[in-house]
Amino acid sequence: MTPREIPIYGIVAEFASPADLLEAARATKQAGYTRTDAYSPLPIEGLAGAVGGGHSKLPVLVFLGGLIGGASGYLLQYYTAVHSYPFNIGGRPLHSWPAFIPVTFECTILGAALTAIFGMLALNGLPMPYHPLFHVGRFARASRDKFFLCIEARDPIFDAARTRAFLETLSPTAVEEVPS
Amino acid sequence: MASDGTTHGGTPAQQLSLINLLGAVLPIGLLAWAFAMNPPAALRSYLWAFCVVAAVPCGSLALLALQHLTGGAWGVTMRRPLEAAVRTLPLVALLFVPLALGAHILYPWANGSYTAPYPKSLYLNVPAFQLRAGVYFAVWIVLGTVLNYWSTRQDRENPPDFDRRFRLIAGPTLGLYGLTITFASIDWVMSLEPMWFSSIFGVLFGVGQILSAFVFAILMVLLFSDRPPLRGVIRAGHLRDYGSLLLAFVMIWMYLSISQFILIWSANLKEEAPYYVERSHGIWPIMAGLVVLAQFFTPFLVLLTRDGKRNARSLGWVAGMVLAARAAELYWFIAPARPVDHHTLLWSDLVALPALAGPWFLFFTWQLSRRPLLPLHVDPTPAEDHHG
Repeated sequence: MTPREIPIYGIVAEFASPADLLEAARATKQAGYTRTDAYSPLPIEGLAGAVGGGHSKLPVLVFLGGLIGGASGYLLQYYTAVHSYPFNIGGRPLHSWPAFIPVTFECTILGAALTAIFGMLALNGLPMPYHPLFHVGRFARASRDKFFLCIEARDPIFDAARTRAFLETLSPTAVEEVPS
Repeated sequence: MASDGTTHGGTPAQQLSLINLLGAVLPIGLLAWAFAMNPPAALRSYLWAFCVVAAVPCGSLALLALQHLTGGAWGVTMRRPLEAAVRTLPLVALLFVPLALGAHILYPWANGSYTAPYPKSLYLNVPAFQLRAGVYFAVWIVLGTVLNYWSTRQDRENPPDFDRRFRLIAGPTLGLYGLTITFASIDWVMSLEPMWFSSIFGVLFGVGQILSAFVFAILMVLLFSDRPPLRGVIRAGHLRDYGSLLLAFVMIWMYLSISQFILIWSANLKEEAPYYVERSHGIWPIMAGLVVLAQFFTPFLVLLTRDGKRNARSLGWVAGMVLAARAAELYWFIAPARPVDHHTLLWSDLVALPALAGPWFLFFTWQLSRRPLLPLHVDPTPAEDHHG
């Protein structure tokens, strides 16, 4: 078996404080890196804007989910009240739209809420039982007391040596290569 | 403009006032003529115009109290237009005088076309109507004056811990507003149809007033946002907050409107249902549809997006549309309830609104120009802009 070069996932830098991480994330964005991610044991205000790129698709999906939910709620009532089980209630027409509004409203909320939860999970690629960063031993502290910034190898301007040198300039407590 | 506007805070407001003054004289003359020709018609037009105009200062009182309670940059930047609108309440009280004096012509329970049975007649009679209106205006003017006076003192002396003092009166102000506006809506509008009642109507009327005041304040802030002292202060963060709140207000309004309708439609009682039956033919269903479109669906869809909220132009259009829809909504409440000689659409409607709105707006701009457009010692920066 011939030894072959292991492709790397990216390079990760460890920081001691949320402020350091936020500053590093902003500098990284400034330097032109687009495929980056930050890992922190606590939410940091402004961090999402510093690492994330562009608008999320989620609002559009939630809107469509709401529309589909509302439409199916209305159609369900229309079908049952007018076709499947027509029933005279107080002499009102079978297709009495005011009576259908509360359920249509609730189904709109249901469709939007379910799309928001499952859309968020899907767009984040969750659940994710495996991640290359788990190869880095010290990364376990991302859920305790350390803050990490990873520049991924698929970034168009990624270069193993230069990216590593760049991360070294951001005053990290450690920089490590992440095997794929 | 010749003036650079850096030292004269009142200049833009004064420019507005002059156009207003010219436009107001003609409608006032025509309205006076309408009063001479056909008093019931003129009074009904007057009631509608009064409700449209009064919605802004009354709603401003509630919003002013609300922003003292909640805090936030949206309230700080809106405070001066709201305070100026509240200071027009004495004029609004004066504008009410023709209605107090003409109640015996306008209202069915006073003009002989409906006789209130015994316990109801204790409430629905002209002296009680006038007395109650006096109480409403007294409460609003006293509360508005205290809030305004403290705001001036804060500008002048910047006393420490003044926010707590504002909050102390802002809470009771909101409660008293809720109580008085419920009774006022019953007296002024609901009693046009003395057999009809809806327990939602007071809240619907009050939320409508707050909605009117809010879009009016948005328009005032946008109008002056490129002049000092607002220039450079008003940012996307403020507009987003206005947009989010407006979205909430139109949803509350729609929720109350549709709830009243569904409850009355479902119960189908002979005392309640006629309200919607008489509004279900002629132009009224079309008008209802247009109001729902302009006051709910369009604002809802525009303000749902982040850019719709942060864009001054789209926000301004939405605010203007809601303000116009509010006038149409009040017309829908009032006109079908009180036909005059079998006519629900009256030519005096066309002159009543400019005749009242013109002088009111003139008075408002004068009040607005008397104080700096921003409170002097309160930070108008949105919370998230403090970071980085």
